[in-house]
Parts: sequence; C-alpha cells; structure tokens
Amino acid sequence: MLKQTRRILAIVFVLGITLLFLDFTGTVQPFIGWMAKLQFLPSVLALNFVSIGIVLISTLLLGRIYCSVVCPLGVLQDFFAWIGNWRIFRKSKRAKFANRYSYSKPKTWLRLGVLLLFIIMLETGFNAGAIFLAPYSTYGRMVASLLQPIYIGINNLLALWSEANDNFMFYQVEPHNNPTLLVIISAATMLILFVLAFMHGRTYCNTICPVGTVLGYIAKCSLLKMRVQREKCLKCGLCAKNCKAACIQVETGKPITIDYTRCVTCGDCQGVCSTGALHLALPKRSQKAETPSENNKKAGQTDKSDLSRRSFLAITGATVAAATLKSQEKTTDGGLAAIEDKQPLIRMTALTPPGSLSAANLQQHCTTCQLCIANCPNEVLRPSTELAHFLQPTMEYNKGYCRPECTRCSDICPTGAIRPITKEEKTAIQIGHAVWIRQNCLPASQNQKCGSCAAHCPTGAIQMVPVDSSIKQNAKDGQWYDGEGNQLDWRALNDLPMIPVINDEKCIGCGKCEYLCPVRPFSAIYVEGHEQHREI
Amino acid sequence: MKDLNRRDFLKIAGTATATATLAACAGKTGLEIGDTDPAGHHTGAIPTDKMTYRTNPNTGDKVSILGYGMMRLPNKPVAPTKDPSAPPIEEIDQEQVNKLVKYALDHGVNYFDTSPAYCRGHSEESTGIALKASGYDRSKYYIATKLSNFAPQQQTYEESVKIFQNSLKYLQTDYIDYLLLHAVGGGGWENLNQRFLKNGVLDYLMEQRKKGLIRNLGFSFHGDVEVFDYLLANQDTYHWDFVQIQMNYVDWNLANETNPSNVDGKYLYKELERRGIPAVIMEPLLGGRLSKMPDHIVATLKQQRPEDSVASWAFRYAGTKPGVLTVLSGMTYMEHLQDNIRTYSPLVPVSEEECEWLENEIANLYVSYPTIPCNDCKYCMPCPYGLDIPAIFVHYNKCVNKGNVPESQQAANYREARRAFLVGYDRAVPKLRQASHCISCGKCVPHCPQNIRIPQELRRIDDFVEKLKQNTL
Repeated sequence: MLKQTRRILAIVFVLGITLLFLDFTGTVQPFIGWMAKLQFLPSVLALNFVSIGIVLISTLLLGRIYCSVVCPLGVLQDFFAWIGNWRIFRKSKRAKFANRYSYSKPKTWLRLGVLLLFIIMLETGFNAGAIFLAPYSTYGRMVASLLQPIYIGINNLLALWSEANDNFMFYQVEPHNNPTLLVIISAATMLILFVLAFMHGRTYCNTICPVGTVLGYIAKCSLLKMRVQREKCLKCGLCAKNCKAACIQVETGKPITIDYTRCVTCGDCQGVCSTGALHLALPKRSQKAETPSENNKKAGQTDKSDLSRRSFLAITGATVAAATLKSQEKTTDGGLAAIEDKQPLIRMTALTPPGSLSAANLQQHCTTCQLCIANCPNEVLRPSTELAHFLQPTMEYNKGYCRPECTRCSDICPTGAIRPITKEEKTAIQIGHAVWIRQNCLPASQNQKCGSCAAHCPTGAIQMVPVDSSIKQNAKDGQWYDGEGNQLDWRALNDLPMIPVINDEKCIGCGKCEYLCPVRPFSAIYVEGHEQHREI
Repeated sequence: MKDLNRRDFLKIAGTATATATLAACAGKTGLEIGDTDPAGHHTGAIPTDKMTYRTNPNTGDKVSILGYGMMRLPNKPVAPTKDPSAPPIEEIDQEQVNKLVKYALDHGVNYFDTSPAYCRGHSEESTGIALKASGYDRSKYYIATKLSNFAPQQQTYEESVKIFQNSLKYLQTDYIDYLLLHAVGGGGWENLNQRFLKNGVLDYLMEQRKKGLIRNLGFSFHGDVEVFDYLLANQDTYHWDFVQIQMNYVDWNLANETNPSNVDGKYLYKELERRGIPAVIMEPLLGGRLSKMPDHIVATLKQQRPEDSVASWAFRYAGTKPGVLTVLSGMTYMEHLQDNIRTYSPLVPVSEEECEWLENEIANLYVSYPTIPCNDCKYCMPCPYGLDIPAIFVHYNKCVNKGNVPESQQAANYREARRAFLVGYDRAVPKLRQASHCISCGKCVPHCPQNIRIPQELRRIDDFVEKLKQNTL
C-alpha cells in the first residue's frame, strides 16, 4: 500500500516538474508551479516558510518521504534502480525479487563533510560549486538541456503539420541555445547517476546529497518509521537485499536495525517481507523498553549514533539559522558580494531579469536549475558561462527583448533568485540603461533618418533631437530655432537628421531599442546592466 | 476605430440579409443578363453591342458608361541587364495593351483616360499607340488626359504648356476630348493657385478650349473640399464641362472612414448634379478593394446575384447615378475588362433598395473591416531594412477578412483570433522581417501604386500586434 501510494505520488510529481521545464508556453505553470516551489533547497533560499514547513512536518511525520516523492532527482534514481531490477539484469533469474542490494555502513563523516562544504560554498557565494551538489537543480539542468530540445523538436514537427493544415494548435519555437558545456555536464551527471542508481540504488542520496543529509537526520526523529516486529521477523534478510538505500542491517544474533537517516520511506522492504513484519508504525512502549537494554549491550555503537545525532543537530541548526539570516540580508541591502564585471564584447555589467533585485541576489540564490531559461518565451534568458555566475540566467537582446507583458521567470523561480513581480511592477523596475554609440547610429553616421529606438521605447525614455547642436528648442514657445535665430517650421524640422538622447532615469533596460535597432551586427544603442535594480 | 462587437455585427449582418431579401424580390430583372446555359457557362459570352452610353450635355458625345483607365497598364520584365544583381526593370507590355484596347473598342468602350504621369510617364504614349493600332477612326473614341504639373519646376506657364503639347504628340492626336486639371485639392487652394491660376495655365487651357484643341475642360479632385467649392462657385468664369470625382458606395457616406483626407462622394456628386455638370467617376472600386471583400460580404453580395462578380455591384452602383458620364476602371487584365463589359452591357441599375443597402449596410460592414489596400504588387520591395512589407499587409488583410483582427478583448472570438493572428504572423513573416523593424525611412512610400502610407500602416500593425501580445487591446 505504502509502496503503491508512494509510486503514484512520485510519478505525479516527477511528471509535473518535468512538464514545468518542458512547457515553453507557460500553460501549466499556474497549476503546478507549486511543485517546484516545494523543493527544499530552493524554499530555504527563498525563505519560503510554507514550503519549508510542509517538508519539515512531512519528514517529522513520515521520514524522508520527500526524497521518495517530491524530489525529482530521487524519483529519477528510483526509476534507474527499477531498470536495474529487471529480470534480464539479475544474477539469479528465477528469484522473485532482485535481491541485489546489501547493507552498507553509514558514511556519516563523508555526508556531513559534503553538507558542510555545500553550506560553505553557498555562504561564500561560490554557487558554481554548490550547484553540482543540489538535487533539484541537477535534475532541472538535465531536463532543460537534454530533454527540452527533443520536446521542442517534436513540437516543431507538429507545428509543420499544423501549418500544413492551416490550424493554430502548434507553432514553431526556436530551441534554446544551450552552451555545450552545460550539455556535457548534464549528460555526464545523468550517466554517473544512472550507473550509481542502476548498480547500488540511492548512493547519491545517502552520501552526497546535502538535502538528503539534512532531511535524513530530521527523519531520525520522525513519528512514523519503518519498524520491525520482532515476533514476526524470520530474519531472512530479504528486506536488506531489496533496500535501495542499503540501510537495513541484518546480523545473526542481533535484531534487525534500520538506519533512519538513510531510509527514504519507500516501502520496498514492506513489499518483499513474507511475514508482514515491517510496518510504518509509531514507537511501541514494549519496544522502547527493550531498546535501552539492547543499546547497553552495544554501548559503543549507540554512543556513536548519539554523537552523530547531536553533531548533526548542532550543525544543521546553525546552518539553517545562517541561511535564513543571509537571505534576509540580501533582500534588504542587496550588494554584499561585489560581482566581478563581465568583460564580454558589449556589456560591462551582465543583465539580470526584473524581479532578481540585484545581480548579487540572483547570484546567491540561483541554483541554476534552468527553469527560468527553459520558460523564457522571448529568447532573452541564457545560462551564463562566466565562472562567477556559472549557468545562472543572464540576458541577451540579440534574439528578442524582455517583453512588458511577460513575468514568466519571476512567476516560476522557486529559489527567490527572481522574486515574483506583477506586470505593473515590471514597467517600473530598472534593470539597466540604454547607451548610445554615435559611430553606429544611422542618422549620426550615415545621415539616414531613423528613430526606431525612440518610436519603440515603452517608457518614453528616448527622445530625438537634431544632430546639429546649434539648433535649439526655445523653452518658452516650444519652437525650434537654428543658430541664427530663425524659427524652423515642422517641415524643416522633419528633414533634419535626428539622434536619440536617453533619459537614464526613465529607461528600464528592457532592450527593445537594442533589439529593434536596425544597425547590425552591433546595435547603435544597447543596454548596460545595473548591479542593483531599482524602481523608477 | 468603430466598435463592432458581436451583437452589433449580427445586427448589421441580420438587417443586411433581411434588406437584401427584399431587394432581391424587387430587383428581379437583374437576373436576365446573368443567365447561364445548362452547362453553367455565361450565355453569349460578352456582348459587343449592348454597352450603355451616356450623353454629354455640352458636346452631345455618346460616352460609354465604362471608361478605360490607363493607369494600371500591364507590365512585362525587360530583358535582364548585364548586372545580375541589379533589380529587374519592367516596361509596359505594349502588345497586351493593344489587345486590351482593341477588345475594349470592339465591345463598345470609347472613353480612354490617361495622364502624362501614369506608368512611369509612358501611359500616354502607350495609349496613343494602342488607339492608333486599333484601326478605329479618331472620331470613334474619346481621349481624356490631364495636366499633371506636380513637380515645382513644372509649374511655370512654359513648362505646363509643354506638358499639354507633349500630350498631343504622345497621343498622336490634334485635339483632346477631355482635359483635366490633374488632382486639384491636394495641398489646398495654395497648390491650385500655384499650379493653374497664378501662372495663367488655366487661362491658356480655356483658350485652347475656345480653339477646339480641348473639347471639354474639367478637373479631377482629391482632398481639400474648399478647392472643389471654389472651382464650382466660379462656374460662370470657368465653365467646367465635367468634373472627375472619387465615388463608390463606401465613399458615398463614409469617405472619411477609408481615408481621412477624402470627401464624401455624396456631397461631391450632389454638388455636380445640382449644377448639371457631368461627373466622371474614379475609384469606383476603391482601388480594387471593393472586389476583394471579406468572406462574409462576398457571401452576402453573391447570394443576391450568384453569377455576378463582387466588383459588378460597385460598377452598377456607380453607373446608376444619372449624372455620371462614365465610370473609370484601371483594367490590367483581360478578365477584368470582360467582367466590366459584361456588367455594363447593358447596365442594370441598382434598385433604390439595393442602393440603400449598399450605401448603408454593406458600406458600414465594409469599413468595419479595416483592410489595407495592398495588392501584393511588391513595388515597395526590397525594403533596405529587410522587412517583408507585402507579406505583412497580406497577413493583416487575411486576418481582417477572416475576422481575426479583434476590436477589443470583449470580442467574442478574442482568444482564438489573437492566437490566429500572432501564430499566423510568425508563420507568414519571419520575426526579423516583421513590422516592428520598420524605421520609417520612407523609401517605400513613393513606390506604392495604391498610395498606402506604408510606414504609418506598419506602425499601426505593430501597435496592434503589441496590444495583442500584451493583452491591452
């Protein structure tokens, strides 16, 4: 029962989250966007207390059920492990169960070490390292860089059909141009995970995953646990042989013990137990009475686990507090970490999407799951290849601009790297300002009338003025006069070459001018990013 | 823009249909010429001797109600130049023009309207050649041409006189039957004064009329109604023999709706009728737009007279007004010529009910579809900034005619229409060639034979697209 329910829920979650990454139309986001926001590390970074609460309560009730149901990477590993269980891969083809796992000793110090390293990397802003340990974003990167291109390819085939049949069901979409490095990283991660899960089940979850470690030690205190009824147990060891978490220890002469920091409450053991000795149950008084005596017998072991428990609480307590504190600091004063200026061809400061508050906020919250990039309908967001914000979203305006009606990245971001904003708020968030390049500008360099940037500016930040600076507008009558004081009629004014002037205070940095500037390959007007977004 | 929500639309369409049913009962006679044989072909093809004629009260000329406009003569590409990258050049397909003119004369058309400005300046010459080649005697047809002194350097007495004399030369004739001051009204009274009054050109022309070199003197009018009123108010001085005006069932009451600088045809026509001045009609089809109608209107019109073309309604309408001397049509293709000859051989006048129906129901319905008068001729191309101008207009018009250009978010089909417009737009025009990339350089404008204000229209479409995308319509 437990196993079946867990499986159904897991499939629902993994499909939902995958669809969030695939769906470039933004249709499903309002319905299942919460699935991404329930992810633990993103919620911690976003200070999403509702999600954190749900995860913590579920863990305190049922153990690491989160790892079995909500975490897409966990479910993916279960899927790989399930393939490993197929009869063709079994040594003994006749056995009812795969019986391919065995208990392994807890690698407590490795787990805590990795967790500590992870926390240090987050604290110091070295997200480029931390992202490879985070489970949800690892899954996101794989879907966005490996699966979405296929999804878009199928969509584009359907779009061809749709066009041939003159209906509007499907339309062509430009596939996201993922950096090769991202694809390689994702493919490599996928391969490693496949091998690990195929061979040994949940190795990653129980040695590396920082979320697994945190939840594992919380799960130790959970109310309901997979417990063995000693009177029913034959100590056949079938449960241990089929535990993908390798956390059930069967030793002759000793009762069966389960390492609850590693148990993901999957229910597989329950499913294989022939006597029904395993149950998700409350602690029994009788058992409780027994436990100390047992513990006394194996004093050393118990002490060790007590130690690890204590040390865990100390560490996590500190880290949760620290993470919380840090996030708050970022949202209020923003620029703790100075960001190295990028030195690309054009922009001095990289553009970050509206809602990200500041480059620093984005940099420190983003776990590079690629969800925003996969969902950007304007081909603006791209994974950065700069080390400081490796694979984090950055903006380019060569294929589109940040359209005023779109708040998709801010709606969908689960980590608080891009905070939710409304369309109305977006019109007033300045993420950068336009810069004019005289030698590229048509009216200035080729005496060709233009004004595309001014005509399209959504905030009216660009005005056109005569190139000839001796022609001035009289502030009193609003008329234009040339150097000799002759008034110019509208016809004469119309024939004058005009250049754009930018009111930086009104410019929000949407990039429409840069995108629509007719000069190629380098626009005569481009947007310079702001480290700190502000409202105008 | 007019608000036309679904209910209003149904109301209009409903009334239109109801009225149409009435009209059909009343105007039963119309079906006689549209008779088909059992195989479905029009019987007797195109009549040669049934053309309707109108009499010019001044000269007694019997003028065919169909006049041939020589502005849209067929072109053919000139043999490719040595430079393969040079854009292809076109010239008038004289052979085809000869054929069309001969055919027109054979079928009773006897009024040919040209201008020194038409067809890159070659229309008069081509017309002259075709008329000569037809073998018809000069007395069998009437030539109308214009004094098209638009450029400032042409507006002196000498230059203008030269234009007139060149017309005689190119048209290979000793006299002009109908001479017009070309397109007065544009640029207002000042422009008229500059071109014809101050420099004595009008006096010269009146003198030529006295001499018989000009048999009828008139003017063609576009634009500022003050000029029109002024010229008619001084009828005692100028004695206009005819006036050429834009008139069709949409312009009758709703000229402003199609082009803000236009004057209602009703006013212009009534002013002429009141004074007994014959009217020559231009733009009976509104630049071809009244033949390329939205499906709904096509169905409504066709339902009444299934065998008749959509254009025939506009021609019958224009011809029905008794003060009309002739209705001009710029016929490029033989099929257009044949269809128009069929319509006017003889003219079956629109009944009063039909007239009312066209001027009100259909015209209102039509102006509620804001199509752009682009015929996809591609004269504007190539755009130096890479836009695909005709593709943008064709897509827009297609959506207008299919009802996919919603007036507002309240439109019943808003969601579907929005999707059809936007998805179809990306399919029809690559993103980098869409209207948003127009910089209003204006290089296309002089090339447009329909005088579409291309940059403004592109801007309008882009604004519309923006509103659709932002859901702020």
